Amino acid sequence: MEFIKPDVSYDIIGKRTYAYIVSLVLIVISIGSLVLHGGPNYGIDFAGGSLIQVQFSEEVTLSEIKDILTTAGLKDPVVQSFTGGEKNEYIIRVVETDLDVATLSEMVMENLTDHFGEGSVELRRVEMVGPRVGEDLKRKGLLAVVLAVVGILIYVSVRFEFRYALGAVAALVHDSIITLGAFSIMNYEVSLPIIAAILTVIGYSINDTIVVFDRIRENLRKARKEPEEEVMNRSINETLSRTIITSGVTLLAVLALLFLGGGVIHDFAFALTVGILVGTYSSIYVASPVVLAWSKLFPHKGSAHRRKRRR
Amino acid sequence: MIKDLRIRFGIIAVVVLVSVAYLIPTLIVKEDRTLPNWMTNGIAMGDERVKLLPSKTLHLGLDLKGGMHLLLGVDLDEALANSLDRFSTEVGGYMDDEGIAYKKSGREGTELVVVLSSSEDEQALKDYVSERYRMLTVTESRTIEEGGMEIRFVYREKDLAEFNDRTVEQTLETIRNRVDELGLTEPEIIRQGEYDILVQLPGVSDMESAKELIRKVALLEFKLVVDDDEMLSEALKGNIPEGMELVYEKVKDRETGEIMDEVPYLVEEETQMTGEVITDATIAFDSSKAGRPYVHIEFDRRGEALFEKVSGDNVGRRLAIILDNNVYSAPVIKSRITGGAAIIEGSFPLDEAKELAIVLRAGALPATLTLLEERTVGPSLGTDSIRMGFMATLVGGALVVIFMALYYGASGLVADLALFLNMVIILGIMSAFQATLTLPGIAGIALTIGMAVDANVLVFERVREELRLGKTPRASIEGGYSKAFLTILDANVTTLIAALVLFQFGTGPVKGFAVTLSVGIVTSLFTAIFVSRTVFEFAMSRFRIKRLSV
Repeated sequence: MEFIKPDVSYDIIGKRTYAYIVSLVLIVISIGSLVLHGGPNYGIDFAGGSLIQVQFSEEVTLSEIKDILTTAGLKDPVVQSFTGGEKNEYIIRVVETDLDVATLSEMVMENLTDHFGEGSVELRRVEMVGPRVGEDLKRKGLLAVVLAVVGILIYVSVRFEFRYALGAVAALVHDSIITLGAFSIMNYEVSLPIIAAILTVIGYSINDTIVVFDRIRENLRKARKEPEEEVMNRSINETLSRTIITSGVTLLAVLALLFLGGGVIHDFAFALTVGILVGTYSSIYVASPVVLAWSKLFPHKGSAHRRKRRR
Repeated sequence: MIKDLRIRFGIIAVVVLVSVAYLIPTLIVKEDRTLPNWMTNGIAMGDERVKLLPSKTLHLGLDLKGGMHLLLGVDLDEALANSLDRFSTEVGGYMDDEGIAYKKSGREGTELVVVLSSSEDEQALKDYVSERYRMLTVTESRTIEEGGMEIRFVYREKDLAEFNDRTVEQTLETIRNRVDELGLTEPEIIRQGEYDILVQLPGVSDMESAKELIRKVALLEFKLVVDDDEMLSEALKGNIPEGMELVYEKVKDRETGEIMDEVPYLVEEETQMTGEVITDATIAFDSSKAGRPYVHIEFDRRGEALFEKVSGDNVGRRLAIILDNNVYSAPVIKSRITGGAAIIEGSFPLDEAKELAIVLRAGALPATLTLLEERTVGPSLGTDSIRMGFMATLVGGALVVIFMALYYGASGLVADLALFLNMVIILGIMSAFQATLTLPGIAGIALTIGMAVDANVLVFERVREELRLGKTPRASIEGGYSKAFLTILDANVTTLIAALVLFQFGTGPVKGFAVTLSVGIVTSLFTAIFVSRTVFEFAMSRFRIKRLSV
């Protein structure tokens, strides 16, 4: 079986202006949404606060829960249904409270049980993150992303050339921004596992990109007279089948997680899904064009010479 | 690459068998998480018991097992204040003994301040302090307007760091003792960051009481009670005299644990002693009084001196034992107590005596704890997570397996075999190293499924290219693997960089994800390259393959 015929030859590099426009639009939408929402919608991991997850044995509405809690004296409780979880499962978030989380969860459970009856509510999860820890995690999360990017930049610079590293990093910054943007548009919370997902997307996107670069490097050695643009385009086409198959296969596994993995893993799987889609696109349409653009902006004398020396 | 196929199969067999051996306990573990006796304790062989198989099951994270995760901050400022308070009491005692006239010996912020009536005694005091409290240094010493000499001491920077460090260590130890009393399996109590303490209590059944026990770990203080009914009733109206404070004893219902009543005490604000000076507290029974229980306390040398002074100066008064601002007992000091040991007797029931002993022993903490982070996963959610995560991985895996077989034919089946072995090896390695499997970790495994076939996809696409060039199946396989190898390596190393950074940064569940991802990357290199290639080469040498199904 074959999805992509071996003799495909799409003019990918030639049409890179369109890709730039598409990417630019996606990035503008992402950043726009982030700005409109006043930054990422941080979950309690980063923003601090308390979270209580409860499950009801019968149908209950959001506003019912909210009313009960507000009457009980909680200030601005945020009640959300738990995406991807069991039916009638809800998350209650409280940012500002003088109560410690044990007292808080006890109070919430007491009020809900009073209203809905003994045994109809189950406490599933309680989380509390203090403001200091939240700040700390935010700082560490950012640091981790930066470190991963720098690490990859160095490795690719050593194994390839600096301009390739630049293309790879451009692609993965592109992917991270759009993944974060998708979260912002969906109004999903950015929590600790989401940072993990973004780092994975970074790793995944670079994986795809490297395969393309590897082929470009190989083809450049073979065809030294051919213009770089053409070699790039040919290389992308040659690896297209592999790029699509791998992403498709990984997507199968991730989509299973998204739909069957349960609520706790849902947002995490969503980040991976978006990231893999965008990552595949960027390793075809962003990484190599950026390398090319860099070479055109700063034509470096050593290019042909270096190619010779490598073999 | 090793040429001899037999050696290569041998290596594969050993790796797979060892992985399976480590997986067996997890596969046969019973519902109540126990293993058969022959596995845990080994089999009798002559005089010895020999363990044939590993007996550790896969280590599940809190998010899968259910349990509590607490991050506690130690209030170091308060610990320092307590320490200086104690010093000021001791310095005061010294000056009393030596007949040095002074106007004040107390604490101001982080400084110990002594005001001498006459500057003549300055050197004597400084000598005493520098000899007895080597961690203190003089910051200022000046004559004050009202007459007298004010001398200020602070902790040296280096000693303060050491003090903080010791405080945290001591707290850690005390929490450990307390958690041990809960009788949990595999609790984890470790330092995190510079001065924080991470407590992980997997599978804790009674979350409330566990939390209460740990949260109870706090400041134990001894303060003198002001037994004056008139002053007490005034204080209850809000007129608390200078230098005094109100504290309460909670009277609990023995059966339900509900708070029945609160008894107020008016005490002197100054802390006479903290639990720090207590080395041990036990219950004993007085045979002359019908076996009534009493609590026996032992002090360290500093505590001995301190307690001798406190008791000697205050015979007949009551000394309140206060933990976390809750009075637990307020025994009367009957006489000056020397010798480093004291007893508290009263008409309390056994469990109350026991609790007092625990409070005194385990509560010998110099500082209060603040809860910085708490995550509790109920057992039902954990079970759901395992079930759904497992299901999703299974379905995802099945989809991938079917796709590979359809798309690459017989070669796809080889990739599927490699994938299956990969899963076995990943879980085997995680069991062997007792790495923690978390819910994101399961996601990592699902993701690894995708990544693991990637190496084979790269190889197969190459093989197809080679075949198109008209090469023989054998040469195509050869070319496919060797040309794809560096690509695969580069691609995986970069992913590994991201995974390792994640491991460094992550806590709990996220770390679990980094672990499975990193292990998965390494094992997939083994299975997707070494194993699948060996299978291909075996098939090539065994059968005369004219057409390659790829």
